[in-house]
Order: sequence, then C-alpha cells, then structure tokens
Amino acid sequence: MPLLDISDLCVRIPTPEGEVHAVRAVSLRIERGEIHGVIGESGCGKTMTGMATLGLAPKGARIEAARFHFDGADLREQAKALRGKRIGMIAQDPAAALNPVLSIARQMDDVIRAHRTLPREARRREAADLLAATGLPDPGRVLKSYPHQLSGGMQQRVVIAQALATGADFLIADEPTTALDVSVGAQVLALLRKLVAERGLTVLMITHDMDVIAEACDRATVLYAGRSVETGPVEAVLQKPGHPYTRALLAALPDAAPHGARLAAIEGSIPPPRTRIAGCAFAPRCPKAMPVCAAEPPPERARDRHTWLCHLPEDAA
Amino acid sequence: MKKLVHRLGWPGTIALAVVLLFVFVGLFAPWIAPYPAQGAGAPNVLAKLAPPSADYWLGTDHLGRDILSRIIYGTRVSLTNGVLIVAFSLLIGLPVGLAAGYFGGWIDEALMRGTDVFLAFPALLLAVLMAAALGPGFLNSIIAVAVTWWPWYARLARAEVLVLRGQPYVEAARLAGVSHPRIIARHILPATGRPLTVQAALDVGPALLTAAALSFLGLGVLPPTADWGQMVDAGRKFFPARWWYSAMPGLTIFIVALAFSVLGDALRERKGGTVRAPA
Repeated sequence: MPLLDISDLCVRIPTPEGEVHAVRAVSLRIERGEIHGVIGESGCGKTMTGMATLGLAPKGARIEAARFHFDGADLREQAKALRGKRIGMIAQDPAAALNPVLSIARQMDDVIRAHRTLPREARRREAADLLAATGLPDPGRVLKSYPHQLSGGMQQRVVIAQALATGADFLIADEPTTALDVSVGAQVLALLRKLVAERGLTVLMITHDMDVIAEACDRATVLYAGRSVETGPVEAVLQKPGHPYTRALLAALPDAAPHGARLAAIEGSIPPPRTRIAGCAFAPRCPKAMPVCAAEPPPERARDRHTWLCHLPEDAA
Repeated sequence: MKKLVHRLGWPGTIALAVVLLFVFVGLFAPWIAPYPAQGAGAPNVLAKLAPPSADYWLGTDHLGRDILSRIIYGTRVSLTNGVLIVAFSLLIGLPVGLAAGYFGGWIDEALMRGTDVFLAFPALLLAVLMAAALGPGFLNSIIAVAVTWWPWYARLARAEVLVLRGQPYVEAARLAGVSHPRIIARHILPATGRPLTVQAALDVGPALLTAAALSFLGLGVLPPTADWGQMVDAGRKFFPARWWYSAMPGLTIFIVALAFSVLGDALRERKGGTVRAPA
C-alpha cells in the first residue's frame, strides 16, 4: 500500500471572478522510502497539491478526489491532525522560515517540546543530535547562533533538523534548493537522500528543475495544467519520456541544445486555470497534436510501471 | 547624557526631565511637600484663599491648604491615573487584538465589530457616561477612561499581528506542530509588544488629561484626596479674583500633558533603533 495515495485530486478555489481550477486531476502514488519528485511549470498545481496534503488549502477551497489517503487515513478529514506529526514540511526559503530574532536553540526547542515531554537537558541534547544528523559541524555553536550568522545551506539544514524533530516520516519539500547556490543545493539533496536511507523517510519533492529530479528522486510525476500527465521511475521518465510535454521539457534543458544553437522553448503558454479543458490540456502546444486530442481526454499508456496520458500510440511517441 | 540628547533632541530631553521630575515628586510627596498634612487634605482655615507668598508659594485654597502641597500630592493621583488607564487598556486591547489578528475569520469579525462600537462614540462623552453610570471614585474614573481607550490598542495589536502572521517563520512553526499559545508567546507577542509599549508610553499624557477632565466634571476622585482636575473645578467659583486656585493646578496639567506629548514626538522620531550599537 502506498504511503501517500492520491487519485484524481481536484482543488477548486472560489474567487470573485469565478472558480479557479488550481488542481484538476492529480494522481500520486508515493511508496514508503522513496523520494518522489513532482515537476511542472509555475501554475501547474504542484504547490497546491502539497498544500492540500498538509490541509493548508486556501479558505473556501473545494477538494474532491477519488482517493486522498495518507497511510490509510483520509486526508480530507485528518490532514490537520497529521500535519506536524507525521507529515512535515521543508520550506523553500530557509532564511524566511526561521525567526530572525530567536536563537536556533530556542527554535529547535520549541519544535521538540511540541512533540515530546523531555527535561530541558535532554531536549538540548536531542537538538544537537538532530543538527549533527543533518551534517552540521559543531552543533553546539550552531545552537547558540542566530539565523543571520548561518549560511543559506546551514539554515536549510536547521530547517530540515526541525522537520526531523517533529518525528514526521513523510516530508514535503517545496523547492528546497531554489534559494541556495547550486553546489550547496546539491549537498542538501545528498543530505535528504542520506536521511531517507538512514531513517526510512519518504519525501515528496516539489520542483521545477529537472536536474533536481535526476539527482535526488526515485520516481517522478509530471504535472501539466493541474493534471498529472506522466509518472514513473526517474530513469524511464527522463530517458524514455512518454508524454510530448515531458519530452518538450527535457528538450528545453540548456544542456540538450548543441553549443551555440538557439535554446528550445515550448511555444504558447499553459491554459488559464479558469478554462474548461475537454481533451488533452497540452494539445494546443503539442507538435504532434491530432484532431482527437482537443476533443477527448487522452487514454492512459503504460510501459511497465511508467504511465502517461496521451492519444499517440506508444511506439509513435 | 550626550547620547540621550542625540537620540531625543533637546525638547525631548527636557520633556523627559519634566516627566521624571513629576514621577520623583509623586513618589516622595510627603517629604517634598512643604505642608504634607494639608497636601493630604487637612484644612487650615486661618489662611483661606491666601495669594502666593513666601509662606505659600502658589497660594492657598478655600480651606487654606497650600496649593503647592496639594499639587504635589495630586501628582500621585494624576500619574497613577495615566499609568493605570493605559495599563487597563493594554490589558483588554492587547488580547483582543492578538486574538482577532491571529485567528482571523469570524473571531476577527466579531471582536473588531465589537471594538468599533466603542469607537463609534465620542471618547470623552463615552467616558463621562461610564463615569456617571459607575459613580465617582478613583478606580471608577480609571475604568471609565480605559473603556474608551482600549479599542485603539486592539486595532494596533491586530494590525501588527496581521503582518507577523503571514511571516514564513510563523507558518513554519505551525507546520512543525508548535502550539498556538507558544507561537503567540514566542513569535507574535514580543514583536507586537514593542510598538505597543511605545504607544502606551505616549498615551500616559493624554490619558492623564482625560482623567483630569473627568475629575473637573466631578466624576473623578473624591475630596479630600488632592487631584488637579478637581482643584481646577473647585477654584472655578473663586475665579478670577482668586485666580491662583484654578490657574496653578491648571498650569500643572498643561505642563505635564505638554511634556508627555513632546516626549512622545521625540520617541517616535528618535534617531537610531532600540538595539543601535554605540556610535
């Protein structure tokens, strides 16, 4: 049984101008112990999917799903109870996620005492152990520091240590490396991999960066216009992408272009979140679109555990 | 001293000195007043309504009591009035504003619309109504003014909290399972506390002025306790022939209210932050 089992999640947010389809039909199956990447461009619904899982969808949002379960519990009812206990969050910008006027010791201690009753000394030792587990040298000194005295990478390690302090076994990391230097970001990804292996964590990694997927994830799901259009093991998704959108994304990577050539871009833009979409959402931008694409929802194609939604037959892909 | 003048400017420094002088005078009234017994209310009918002289620097009142001593004793009432009004207002306004801003939604609506009801009345009128309903007396007059004062603190606190609530570190703490009371105590209260204490310090002057207005209307402390507003009122009957009876306490109110106001302006515009490194 997958740890996180979402099928056909739909999040609608009422606005004065009408309902916004933030998430249209996202299906995610995340197994225990894996790092599952969710990739897509801005507005594709990846962050909203994460927020809904945490029970933090905006006020008035309507959440519908065929299945929306975490470890057997229905997230529509229990997201609040699970948040901060079994489901943790690693924020995008670690500098903002730490209160600038409180020492790291204070902020670690607050989280630890929210989850366990331990004497003060034990809590302090626990905080130091957690910081050490995230690879911070000299945890004693870090505890005495204030956020501004730490580098971005160190701050992100503290934020990860806080997430560990909750005792959560499932972490949602929303672009955890976006605010960091590339080299530091790689270290943080390596740390996450190590923690997943050592502590049996499961991570939902939200990103817009194919490199992050390639570097850190076991499996990946591609979102487009609020739908999950392709999912599978990372090697399969990256090397034999099934969906034309995934292929276009990979082709748009600067590395894929010959030196000196114009970079490839995907023509057009994603459909606005208020429009109704009858067929395939990517059809207007798809180089291989057929008349049927705009009219009917695409069928699911599969190659082992790698699935995608497309009208094109598998071989033509 | 140089640093103080640099921070507050000369007017602010002088105002601070005046305020501190009155605090000192209030604290040590029995040792400073030339006639402590009269300051406390004992009559001295042989020297009724004497003009200012070497014996009675500011003259005497209709019971012959030394007006300087009465003013000195009145300092205690007036300053405690100012401080307690602000303290009570904070006590009501801060929790209301915190709850409204932090929890939002219908709690916010209910609390802030309730607050608006109090703001809909002219402040002094509401205070007079409250004081009349409660009856005169030291504590009642403080409650009457505080009732008109707390909504401003509720609003200020709410505005501060709204900014803080959206901070990623507050959200992060919530996501990490930290409880609401702890988040309020750790992240919200310290940050709202600072602007609010500054505001409170500024408000002592106006609060004391309003309290003086109430006791001028006979709704404040009762004789024989000395109170500036009440002295102005009592002297009214002998004005202008025995001008000093009303003018001296009136002048005192003027000086203290002005000092607080100037100090307030200086604090608001002071140079440098609270954690400024020594230059």
